[in-house]
Amino acid sequence: MLRKIVDITTSLKLTIVCLAAGMALIFAGTLAQVHLGIHEAQQRYFQSWLVWWPAEGNGVRFPIFPGGHLIGAVLLVNLVAAHVKRFRWTSRKFGIHLTHAGLIIMLAGGLFTDLFAVESHMQLQRGDTKNYSEDQRHTELAVIDTTGNDLDQVTAIPESILKKNRTIDHWSLPFRIVIKNFYPNASLKMSSEAGSSATPIANQGPGAMIAVQPLPRTTAQDERDVPAAAVEIQPKDGGGSLGTWLVSDGLGAPQAFSCGGRTWMIAMRTARYYKPYSVTLQKFTHEKYAGTEIPKNFASKVTLIDPERNVNRDVLIYMNHPLRYRGETFYQAGFQQDDRATILQVVRNPSFIAPYVACVIVAAGLLWQFGFHLVGFARQKRGGTA
Amino acid sequence: MKRFLPLIVLLVMAGWIAGNWMPPKTAKDDVDLAKFGKIPVLVGGRVKPLDTVARNSLLIIHGKQELRLENGRTLTAIQWLTEVLFNAPAADQYPVFVVQNDEVLGLFDWEQSQRKYFSFTEFSPFLKQIEEQGDQADKLEAVQRSAYQSAILNLRNGLTLYQRLKNSVQFEGTKDFAAELKTYIANLPDAAKAAVQAQRGENFDRSKLDEVAELIQKYEKISEMAYILAVPPLDRSGEWHSVGDSLLHSVATGEIHPTVLEYAQIGDAYRANDHGQFNHQLDLLTNWFAKEQPNAVKRASFESLFNRLQPFSQSMALYVLAFLLACASWLGWSRTLNRSAFYLLLLALAIHSFGLFSRMYLQERPPVTNLYSSAIFIGWGAVIVSLILERIFRDGIGAACAGAIGFVTLIIAHHLAGSGDTLEMLQAVLDTNIWLATHVVAITTGYSAMFLAGMLAIIYIVRGVFTRSLTKQTADSLARMTYGVVCFATLFSFVGTVLGGIWADQSWGRFWGWDPKENGAVLIVLWCAIILHARWGGFIRQRGLMMMAIFGNIVTSFSWFGVNMLGVGLHSYGFMQKAFPWLLGFMISQLALITIASMPLEQWRSFRAADSSSPDEQMPEPTAA
Repeated sequence: MLRKIVDITTSLKLTIVCLAAGMALIFAGTLAQVHLGIHEAQQRYFQSWLVWWPAEGNGVRFPIFPGGHLIGAVLLVNLVAAHVKRFRWTSRKFGIHLTHAGLIIMLAGGLFTDLFAVESHMQLQRGDTKNYSEDQRHTELAVIDTTGNDLDQVTAIPESILKKNRTIDHWSLPFRIVIKNFYPNASLKMSSEAGSSATPIANQGPGAMIAVQPLPRTTAQDERDVPAAAVEIQPKDGGGSLGTWLVSDGLGAPQAFSCGGRTWMIAMRTARYYKPYSVTLQKFTHEKYAGTEIPKNFASKVTLIDPERNVNRDVLIYMNHPLRYRGETFYQAGFQQDDRATILQVVRNPSFIAPYVACVIVAAGLLWQFGFHLVGFARQKRGGTA
Repeated sequence: MKRFLPLIVLLVMAGWIAGNWMPPKTAKDDVDLAKFGKIPVLVGGRVKPLDTVARNSLLIIHGKQELRLENGRTLTAIQWLTEVLFNAPAADQYPVFVVQNDEVLGLFDWEQSQRKYFSFTEFSPFLKQIEEQGDQADKLEAVQRSAYQSAILNLRNGLTLYQRLKNSVQFEGTKDFAAELKTYIANLPDAAKAAVQAQRGENFDRSKLDEVAELIQKYEKISEMAYILAVPPLDRSGEWHSVGDSLLHSVATGEIHPTVLEYAQIGDAYRANDHGQFNHQLDLLTNWFAKEQPNAVKRASFESLFNRLQPFSQSMALYVLAFLLACASWLGWSRTLNRSAFYLLLLALAIHSFGLFSRMYLQERPPVTNLYSSAIFIGWGAVIVSLILERIFRDGIGAACAGAIGFVTLIIAHHLAGSGDTLEMLQAVLDTNIWLATHVVAITTGYSAMFLAGMLAIIYIVRGVFTRSLTKQTADSLARMTYGVVCFATLFSFVGTVLGGIWADQSWGRFWGWDPKENGAVLIVLWCAIILHARWGGFIRQRGLMMMAIFGNIVTSFSWFGVNMLGVGLHSYGFMQKAFPWLLGFMISQLALITIASMPLEQWRSFRAADSSSPDEQMPEPTAA
């Protein structure tokens, strides 16, 4: 039995089945990108263990195909197992071992990146200074203590907790937050315009006059979800409820209330990653080729200030020339508002080196192996025709 | 005789090409348009000769690089452009705009007939309507447009381009431009004085002011419309301007740029049909450029030579001939025909390489920068590898592959050139020669090898099934070639794909983004890996290898063209609805070949005739686990 399992895990047939399944998956996923958008197709096909049909919904769903993670994992196990079992130290096989070692690094690195890399954006207008980047795909509920003059104390509750619609009791806050209705995507309308069917879900602040209409999550590449929720504030020292607020990314400014003798702001916003340093945009340039609209270059001149490390310097970030600083990389990703604002992509990827190493190892392995064949082939040919 | 045949074939073809390359004779007293075509201008962000502007514009508007008039006379591109620039009212009568869509014709109450070319004058009553309809279509993504919408948008773009051309070096319809400029420059100081007086409320000479104001309005109009930036900077750091711009600058400088004046005089001479004066003024302009802009002149004249030689069309013809000779060599006279094919291919490759390197020189870029150049490069790479195979095996197979792939890829390139300048400027993110030279070249070399492997397999199948010429020896060497080329393809596709990932990591911060083009590349790598592992595991033999290599054609064509047709992602730089049926047809033909190959071996003519030993049993030992 064990023998049979070992045979299957190390078999070449399994490799071919995995590769073929990978091709089918990638082909289907690529076609699906036309309707779903790149991100959604990626989630469903490539960054999943199984591909489900129908893809969403609460009814019965069937797994119809292995997803990218499953195929990759099986391939990884197959590769490692086959090489543990068959490893021979001969020059004839050296190239093959090298190639596959490189592939193992690449697959493992890919999995690692999937799990640990963090992508976010930093949008800056000229003169703006920010010490955080934003994750456009995730939302957080920020509760800010603004009583102090210099420093705001921010408590952020991530989307994954908001989704569960329950009461949040955090040690740093003198009140409990009851999440009442969380909508991943919604449209907000003045209740006077929305008609009688929609009633506001909040009774405090501007939210008391706004009707919330839940929407399905968007799949288009250039659109974003607008999440919304109603939250009730209950002081921990008793005294019932302070009221229910509507919080949403679509509302704009945070809303204020007082509790426990302090002033608080509450807002639903895109998730932020704070950094121990700040970035200020000095200038953004967008060059075009003379007499055309074809972009020639985008460049952001920024000032990087890191008090911890005594850094205060100007940096030029432009196409193919990112800024790498403290494990994060800033790339010129785009621009907005007629060239007045820049968008930098901020990536933290601890395993970014893996593909570089893997590429060199695999290429060396392939060269070795095919070179070996070529020499043999040339010898044989010379012997054959002479 | 037979011994010298290859040499004779080579000489005849070389002579034929030399004949094509002879410069067309201009009579001494005729306007020297060849010289005019070499004048450098700035269009689309790049300095290029007027000849290129003429060819590309005519290609966009008319679909061809020359124009046949109703009286049977044929105009070259530069003849047409000269007329448009200097004598717009006459050019308006030429039937240049191509419209075949009946719904577009219906807009103007025209019925579809034999005629598909129309003149600007015919459209002039409907310009506003065309503009509106075109704007509506422009708002849609290319994928969503109906045939009517694409056609009306094409027409709108053609008409816009044409009107911009007409107003590039003078206001359309101006009769005596040089005299007008003289009045303009002479009256400028007085007009300026009058303007100041008018502002102060003093008495002023209204006629002078009005005359100049009217001209300035005209120049503002052509400054907005101009397609060609014809006026070079006077110092090194300056920028090119349009004639209109330059004339507006004259208000401040009080002088007219020498090239503006020369263009005016050339135009006046052209309209007056004064050939001597035209050539004389053209000489002055050329001399001025040679002195002030020697680099621009060097490039522009080289480019106009490149345009005239049409290296890719010449080599296309040679490739066809070589392919036919190589195929014929399998039927008899093999050594002679083989050698003839080989010589011809060397000539074709030399011309092909000349074209490829000329483009690199003109663009100052690595060879592949867009879909068009990828086709040129894929053909070039495949021909070189095929010729190496031919040198080793000397059985005409490499030669046939070289001829076929060289021809087909150049035909594809020819059809990709319809959108205008194939030496276009690169988007900001592509502006990096290192990655273009490594990632893009490696990927396209991988495509070359995949198509070559597919072609070798097709030869195996066709010769095996339909002829008796597939001997065991030929079959074995074909199998070895195919296997070797697949290995080569694996190496380049893999390295190219990973280099692409590294480029993406450098510019966007992610190694892999599941972009359709990335997926296409990885499909090729996976398919190569499957072929190699199936072969090493002994799951396939000769015939299986061939069938899989043919399927490789399908995978590669999907990666090369198919993903671009999806219209999503960062790489969708070349959407071509028109090519879709061709792609589908190609894929179906490959599937048909695979089906044919799966016929039982007894049905194959080569094996039915020979003794019963089928080649499947003599596959060499698998070389690796």
